[in-house]
Amino acid sequence: MNNALQIVYLIPLLPLLGFLINGLGRNYLSKTLIGLIGSGSILGSFILSIWVFLQVKDGNTHVAEYFNFIAIDNLVIPFALKIDALSSIFLLIITGVGFLIHVYSTSYMHEEKPAHFGRYFAYLNLFVFSMLLLVMGANFVILFIGWEGVGLCSYLLIGFWFKKQEYNKAANKAFIMNRIGDLAFLVAIFWIITRAQSVSFDQVFAVAKGEVAGRSFSGFDISVITLLLFIGATGKSAQIPLYTWLPDAMAGPTPVSALIHAATMVTAGIYMIARSNELYSLDAAELTRNIITYTGLATALLAATIALKQNDIKKVLAYSTVSQLGFMFLALGTGAYVAAVFHVMTHAFFKALMFLGSGSVIHAMGGEQDIRQMGGLGKKMKITFWTFVIGCVAIAGVFPFSGFFSKDAILLSAFEKSPVLYGVALFTALLTAFYMFRLLFITFTGKFRGTEEQAHHLHESPLAMTLPLIILAVLSFAGGFVGIPAVFAKGADRLGDFLKPVVASLPHAHAVSHSTEYTLMGLSTVLVLGSIIAAWVVYRNYQQKGATGFAKVLENKWYVDELYENVIVKPLHTFGGILKNIVDPKVVDGLVNGAGRLVNYGSRQLRLLQSGQVGSYVLLMVLSMVLIFGIQFFLRK
Amino acid sequence: MIAFFLILIPLATGLLSFLIKEEKTAKAFALLSSLATLAVSLLGLTLMKTGNYLHFSAPWMSSLGSSFTLQLDGAGQVLCLLTAVAYPLVLLGTWQATYKNAQQFFGLMLLAQAGMMGVFLAADALLFYFFWELALIPMYFLSSIWGGERRIPVTFKFFIYTFAGSLLMLTGIIYLQAQTADQSFSIASFYNLELSGKEQSWIFWLFFVAFAIKMPVFPLHTWQPDTYEQAPTATTMILSGVMVKMGLLGLIRWLMPVLPLASFQWGDRVMIFAIIGIVYASLIAIRQNDLKRLIAYSSIAHIGLMCAALFAENNSGTQGVMIQLFNHGINIIGLWIIVEIIERRYGTRKISELGGLAQQAPVMTIFFVIIALANIALPLTNGFAGEFLMFNGLLQAKSNFAVAYTVVAGLGIILAAVYTLNMIRNTFYGEAVVLRAPVTDLKLNETIALSLIVILILWLGIYPQSMLDLTEQFSREWMNKIDVSHLFRK
Repeated sequence: MNNALQIVYLIPLLPLLGFLINGLGRNYLSKTLIGLIGSGSILGSFILSIWVFLQVKDGNTHVAEYFNFIAIDNLVIPFALKIDALSSIFLLIITGVGFLIHVYSTSYMHEEKPAHFGRYFAYLNLFVFSMLLLVMGANFVILFIGWEGVGLCSYLLIGFWFKKQEYNKAANKAFIMNRIGDLAFLVAIFWIITRAQSVSFDQVFAVAKGEVAGRSFSGFDISVITLLLFIGATGKSAQIPLYTWLPDAMAGPTPVSALIHAATMVTAGIYMIARSNELYSLDAAELTRNIITYTGLATALLAATIALKQNDIKKVLAYSTVSQLGFMFLALGTGAYVAAVFHVMTHAFFKALMFLGSGSVIHAMGGEQDIRQMGGLGKKMKITFWTFVIGCVAIAGVFPFSGFFSKDAILLSAFEKSPVLYGVALFTALLTAFYMFRLLFITFTGKFRGTEEQAHHLHESPLAMTLPLIILAVLSFAGGFVGIPAVFAKGADRLGDFLKPVVASLPHAHAVSHSTEYTLMGLSTVLVLGSIIAAWVVYRNYQQKGATGFAKVLENKWYVDELYENVIVKPLHTFGGILKNIVDPKVVDGLVNGAGRLVNYGSRQLRLLQSGQVGSYVLLMVLSMVLIFGIQFFLRK
Repeated sequence: MIAFFLILIPLATGLLSFLIKEEKTAKAFALLSSLATLAVSLLGLTLMKTGNYLHFSAPWMSSLGSSFTLQLDGAGQVLCLLTAVAYPLVLLGTWQATYKNAQQFFGLMLLAQAGMMGVFLAADALLFYFFWELALIPMYFLSSIWGGERRIPVTFKFFIYTFAGSLLMLTGIIYLQAQTADQSFSIASFYNLELSGKEQSWIFWLFFVAFAIKMPVFPLHTWQPDTYEQAPTATTMILSGVMVKMGLLGLIRWLMPVLPLASFQWGDRVMIFAIIGIVYASLIAIRQNDLKRLIAYSSIAHIGLMCAALFAENNSGTQGVMIQLFNHGINIIGLWIIVEIIERRYGTRKISELGGLAQQAPVMTIFFVIIALANIALPLTNGFAGEFLMFNGLLQAKSNFAVAYTVVAGLGIILAAVYTLNMIRNTFYGEAVVLRAPVTDLKLNETIALSLIVILILWLGIYPQSMLDLTEQFSREWMNKIDVSHLFRK
């Protein structure tokens, strides 16, 4: 049908060209031109994405194959892109939010030297390219290529200011922790290949449904594959146990945190599982679904408790991101794939908004990130303040802001599975409201606690930064209207209807009645408002004081980093040292040298005329000839 | 004919090189010679489809049952191409290096090239052995004359170690020749041998030890880091990029198809050692402070994976090895070129004494990062397709422990990221180390060599199928030769 869709390769290609031009021309192009190329290429992709969205609106899908990436025997991996409802939603988020963040960056990064400015935009474009490849890949391998690509860009951008070794350490940590997940992902792909002899989504899911003769997955296969894919997702999407890299990743420039470590890359794991929903919906995957549910919920809760006591404005947002990703996994685990994708979307809006807002604050504070040194900024930075308020209200899930609808969908799905799940999730949502408003009040209200110089310097950011804030604020407010639950108006859940052909949520055994649904919504709204008020009471006139007792444990993130350091990193390091200093030279090589000495001794006895290395060679040559003839002689008989 | 010229050109020019007086002339002469070889090798690729003019045969020691037979098949194409590409890269990349008696240095380098080409092309066991030694001897002289401080004991060990292996192999070859129907050393006769499982089972080790030392595979690897460290860098590049492939080629051509039963029988054990080696070498690499030794151990890990993937005995693993034979060579030469530059300009290759090079030499940093990422098999670099296929091959191995093999070998992927990124961080990032003379970025010749490598990395990363096509037929035939399942069905 749609041969026109064959040109979708342009969507990732434009950012790739942007990367090449900015990367190679960073020493020659002016900053203005670099900014234009960087942002313009994403704008081009965005426009194409809208066009693609319109094409697939009626449930169309299209797979565009270009060439064979790998083809050996029966294993054929084409370089193919797939366009359908799910990928088109992600395309819009990535290029739309991505474009705003590129525009924002032209101002935010303006202090950099031209070469570094060019390098920054090159990396950012490369990231968008990889992310687009990730969501457009028509098979697991292309998805994986994008998956590793975004990991690389994340690494490069976290360590963007490479003079600071601390940042470089954070970059390494991110890459390495992701690789742990990637190994599981790879093994899952190989496992799929053994059973399905294919990696393309359509083919693999057909095999899973038993539609392909001679190929099938056993229940065990499904459990293993879904679990391994999920482990892969815990790396990229920062879930227990692989979440600790994300807060450290805040070392990167703030727009990077907004784009990569909040809005897009970290949702790759959710995309991957939503994409594979036909595997996860199978009965055999029930164990995996439960694991995902509890991992997601535990991560959401753990990260929310840590966020309560963080003092770095970006760290609060980072733990909040981990927590929100946990919510999304909770949704995936309960089979509410649409709710998860919905939350990915609204979260992209309000979290990008808040990160960019924090960037605006950091910009105004001259690089300061500690909220204890801030306070009262609302008066000086009206746009940043009010857009930040909208972001907080949206993430807290106050009706009718976007977060309300997506979070409500997740909570409802949790309730349908078990009221206990719902209780914990709701509690986490209350914590979310509390820590976000704590951040808001400490930063923007009360008295200013920074230095004189900073106070003098305080200013609202330029238009290139505030305009994206305003647009994202509008989206954070209105973004939820695409998924209004059926209880309010039949047929208003346009997102659900749109995704239905690709992502069908699991039906629940205990669907709740409308009255229960209203009760739950009312309950959560009242409690959320309560916790916002509580935050106002506690933090509106914030006074600095040291943390003690349990607060200290939270401030130190439950000491998980220290645990990993002492239980995994250090022992491995020591073990490597033992191998390097003792086993390899003394034991392995010792045996070799022992054998060598024996030979040496023997040859010394036999040495005739020559000496030195050449001599030994000749000697051995002669010996070997003797040996040959000897053997020949005996064998010929 | 092509096969013959691939050996003749480096052999003749190598000998001629000894007559040259001036150093510069010798260098230029060697470069010209290597470019000529490259041209012939590329010509061989274009003739591949037709199959004409590739092979060569002439009488040679016919009384012993040996003949001068060369054949340029898929695996040969890949390895000869690697050898032919490697030399110009090495010569260009180290153009600034100076050597005493340069004419001898370059002469020996070219002779080694002739030897390696011969190993990759020989279709006669005795000829194979002859070239095997011809490749080794120049390497020995190169390392022991132009090497570092500890060159004498280190090269001596290298020589004795590999030579001991060679002797075992020679014993095996002669034994096998005696068993052939026509008392011949030709590869066809060897493939037609029908030895009992018992016989195969012990002959296997004669060959395997020789090849395992050459690759090297844990625990026979200890000569390697010392040699790489002490040999002149140009020699190390050839040793690590090309020469170690002799061991793998030996497995592919002279061991597994000749002794298929034993290869199947011992496959599990070989894989276990190779996979232990991956983790072992990677853990040591993490703790290395010397750039050369770090890369040496990294190479042991990579070669270990290739050895394990071969013994997985399936098409995916084999094709992965085939493409990786080339990739590994290109990538490691790229790494050495930069290490050589660092050592020459900064006077050290201790990671702890380096740092912040990115500020002084951004272009070099970019090249290094790209090559290092290819070395850890990032997608869209050449390493990915190879490692993907090899790991896939491991998981599909006909072994009860295939999953365990894949996962343990997979730890290598994670550990490789650890040591590679730490190396980048400590060498190139961070604050620049003070008290260093201002350093210029890359010179033109270095930029050209590294650019070529990066182009190859990206080309084979984005379109690996172009290389996989070369060995497709070879791998299929090879799989048939080593397949022993029909024996069990009887």
